[in-house]
Amino acid sequence: MLKFIIRRVLIAIPTLLVLISISFVLVHSAPGSPFTDDRDIPPAIMKNIEAKYHLDRPLIVQYCYYLKDVVTWDFGPSFKFKDYSINDLVNKSFPVSIKIGFLAFLFALIVGVAAGVIASLNQNSKIDYSVMTFAMIGAAIPNFVLAPALVLFFAIYMKILPAGGWNGGEWKYLLLPVFAMSFRYIASIARIMRASMIEVLNSNFIRTARAKGMSNSYVIIHHALRPAILPVVSYLGPAFVGIITGSVVIETIFGLPGIGQLFVNGALNRDYNMVLTLTIIIGGLMILFNTIVDILYAVIDPKIKY
Amino acid sequence: MISNDKKEVLEKLELESRSLFQDAKIRFFKNKAAVLSLVIICIIVLFVLFGQNLSQFAYEDTDWDLMQVAPSFLTGHFFGTDDLGRDIFVRTLQGGKISLMVGLMGACVAVVIGVFYGATAGFIGGKIDGLMMRIVDILASFPFMFFIILLVTFFGRNIGFIFVAIGMVSWLDVARIVRGQTLSLKEKEFIEAARVSGTSNFKIVQKHIIPNVIGIVIVYATLLIPNMIIFESFLSFLGLGVQEPDTSWGALVNEGSKVMDIAVWQLAFPGLFLVITLFCFNFIGDGLRDALDPKDR
Repeated sequence: MLKFIIRRVLIAIPTLLVLISISFVLVHSAPGSPFTDDRDIPPAIMKNIEAKYHLDRPLIVQYCYYLKDVVTWDFGPSFKFKDYSINDLVNKSFPVSIKIGFLAFLFALIVGVAAGVIASLNQNSKIDYSVMTFAMIGAAIPNFVLAPALVLFFAIYMKILPAGGWNGGEWKYLLLPVFAMSFRYIASIARIMRASMIEVLNSNFIRTARAKGMSNSYVIIHHALRPAILPVVSYLGPAFVGIITGSVVIETIFGLPGIGQLFVNGALNRDYNMVLTLTIIIGGLMILFNTIVDILYAVIDPKIKY
Repeated sequence: MISNDKKEVLEKLELESRSLFQDAKIRFFKNKAAVLSLVIICIIVLFVLFGQNLSQFAYEDTDWDLMQVAPSFLTGHFFGTDDLGRDIFVRTLQGGKISLMVGLMGACVAVVIGVFYGATAGFIGGKIDGLMMRIVDILASFPFMFFIILLVTFFGRNIGFIFVAIGMVSWLDVARIVRGQTLSLKEKEFIEAARVSGTSNFKIVQKHIIPNVIGIVIVYATLLIPNMIIFESFLSFLGLGVQEPDTSWGALVNEGSKVMDIAVWQLAFPGLFLVITLFCFNFIGDGLRDALDPKDR
């Protein structure tokens, strides 16, 4: 087991390096430099500036300096907000995104699994059909259409929920963003859970358990749930990536001061350093989460050998 | 009675032997949701291509007298106008052109790269296969949406670039599926026969492997199209996709969502077109999968 975990972590490191390297190469192949100016800077001063930021050194040395900055979590100044460093901005907006993302993830998981189990236990009933219809709708409606529709209905027509804003994370302000973010994943998880639960319920060991006279609920909770949840666990990685990606849109629509909004503003204002830093942080987060999910999968599934 | 029926069925089985694709066609046309979706998609495509003739306005022109008016047949603005007096009906059609084109082109690029990569990896096998699939694994755990936004930030906004970028990131799953199919195909006798008769590896992949995986690739490509459309709309929604005065459904939904409290038609019509199209492609994809899936036969 320990060997498997170590190997899995060792695979994650080159992935992270590739991400950082490609980002680095991209930044350095873009035309111009941050110090390009309309006014001519005297060559001697330009040389001093370049020396300060190691721009006069060969690319490979610059790469090493860059790696050092990433490892020591020092991303330098923003090109747009002159009074803040990127570290300040990231530290301020990170908790917001984490809170919404985590709630959406949890909500999708709980509701999705519950809906899938209920549908599978009532196969071909009205409940089953409504869950499957919901899954179909969820797969087809993109979040940037759903979110405005939700705001339109709940905030503008019904006037029961705020249309946007953060307000220190009060629950009223969280409801719509969390729901809009998790909608698609509730649908997918429900569909996956239903399919795998039906398969497990038809397998031999469940029949044996029933034949031994165990109660229905005992069989489902103690025998069926664990193998049936495996496909959902392997879907958690993509779901996490999707929710983080979706946060970009959701935070823009609801005006939440999170990482996603920071990223979009950075991209629209061509704040190179900000976009680069956030790509690396978010990419690192995704790689980390995928690693955790893989290990979790190995822990739950006794059939996987390491 | 029953035995008679059985006999008839048996006779039928003996009389006609159907090819895989004939069989798939019959299965597909039995699926009502899929056929209906196909019809709707055809109507939407025709509408997007030729609907322009129904209206007297051009998509980038301003109607100075009627800015942000509600839909009306009297004024000729069937879907209303936006805050710049541009006709939403014509803009929805124009946006549809871009969105559908991105969907098709993106899926094509993804399929071509994915099929060649997957077939090559699966056919060569061994260490090279391991390495090639390792690369796919590494790329698959990349935050692609962010990466593309990074690219757009550095190299400017350009619709051609978006086509390529979208295609480039979505070939990974195609490559995995094709590789799996190829691995099982290459043990078959007809491949051995081709090899014995001295056919080059490239020819074998091109002439024997790829035609045999094309069924599953078609299914996957159909399911890719809606994803591509969402992808492009996502970028356009953030203002990083197509540029004014050109437009796409995502860009229109973005504009509409900013003024939805006073001009709901700006959000409703493009949004409706987008959602219906996505629904239909999903249903067609599901229908094709049921029709072509060999496990189910």
